[in-house]
Amino acid sequence: MTPNFFLYLLTAAGVTYLIRMLPLVLVKKKIQNRFLLSFLYYIPYAVLSVMTIPAIFYATEHTLTAVAGFAVALLLAYRQKSLVTVAAFSCAAVLICELLL
Amino acid sequence: MQIQKNTFLKGIIDGIPICLGYLSVSFAFGIFSVESGLSILEAVLISMTNVTSAGQLAAVPIITGGGAFLELAATQLVINLRYALMSVSLSQKLHPNVRLFDRFIISFVNTDEVFAVASSNTGEVKRNYLYGLILTPYLGWASGTLLGAVAGNILPAIVISSLGVAIYAMFVAIVVPEAKKRSCTAMCVVFAIALSCVFKYTPLLCHIPQGFVIIICAVAASALFAAVMPIPQPESEDI
Repeated sequence: MTPNFFLYLLTAAGVTYLIRMLPLVLVKKKIQNRFLLSFLYYIPYAVLSVMTIPAIFYATEHTLTAVAGFAVALLLAYRQKSLVTVAAFSCAAVLICELLL
Repeated sequence: MQIQKNTFLKGIIDGIPICLGYLSVSFAFGIFSVESGLSILEAVLISMTNVTSAGQLAAVPIITGGGAFLELAATQLVINLRYALMSVSLSQKLHPNVRLFDRFIISFVNTDEVFAVASSNTGEVKRNYLYGLILTPYLGWASGTLLGAVAGNILPAIVISSLGVAIYAMFVAIVVPEAKKRSCTAMCVVFAIALSCVFKYTPLLCHIPQGFVIIICAVAASALFAAVMPIPQPESEDI
């Protein structure tokens, strides 16, 4: 473990903690601004989407198997299955395709 | 036996479903971390100090790639900004027996799910309940990472490769139901993905570090849709 790792760890953990801690300690009033509320509503979905695509297509040995895993995830997520179910079947789809290739 | 409301034990019990969910997500994170080149200890330390799935996943490539500290800090700021709103919201629900010192501790594990469960309580939430509610998910998050990191070191390559999609599949499982429910969310998501692909596959733009790409795409899409398609007020107060 390098000293650099600890600086990275401190940076990530510090920023994340401050974001959570400062409002809980300081803010007493409710946010009313509609734009800000909407922005904060969209952010998590936008972030997760950007992180997933196109990265998921490079997460396995072959792009084709990743496509299969992604398709299974999309289908099950659309049917409102739980996070664990979606993940498990997506992994299984990739494994089966990897074995077939 | 009826578990009394707002007690430490009730908090622990309410935290169990979150804990189980976290075990699998952090397991995937552990695998992802060692596959990216981090040690088992490093992966566990990240989970124990950050306690945030998307933020940690974005941090790992920046750390292993030797990215700039500013890139890491800015990425965490944007990805985790939603917690600020949750902390603001949670601050309105705290019982007077939650002291300033408790706020410093509770906010450390104020994740999406902990916040959701705390908010679902009717009336104010007391300090002992909150301590119970953050304990079980935190343990699940840390131990799941350890298990995943160890598994990543011993499982055969083809299995690891398959498990690599797990964390992304979970993200799909979070985004799709909400996009199905609200067309504005679906449009925002498609727009963000299109931007993300532009950055990935366009010459010159593809050299921009991943952390910045996440920030640029997510902020641009969210700001645009917040301006053009703001979320109706009564709903947004529940976030």
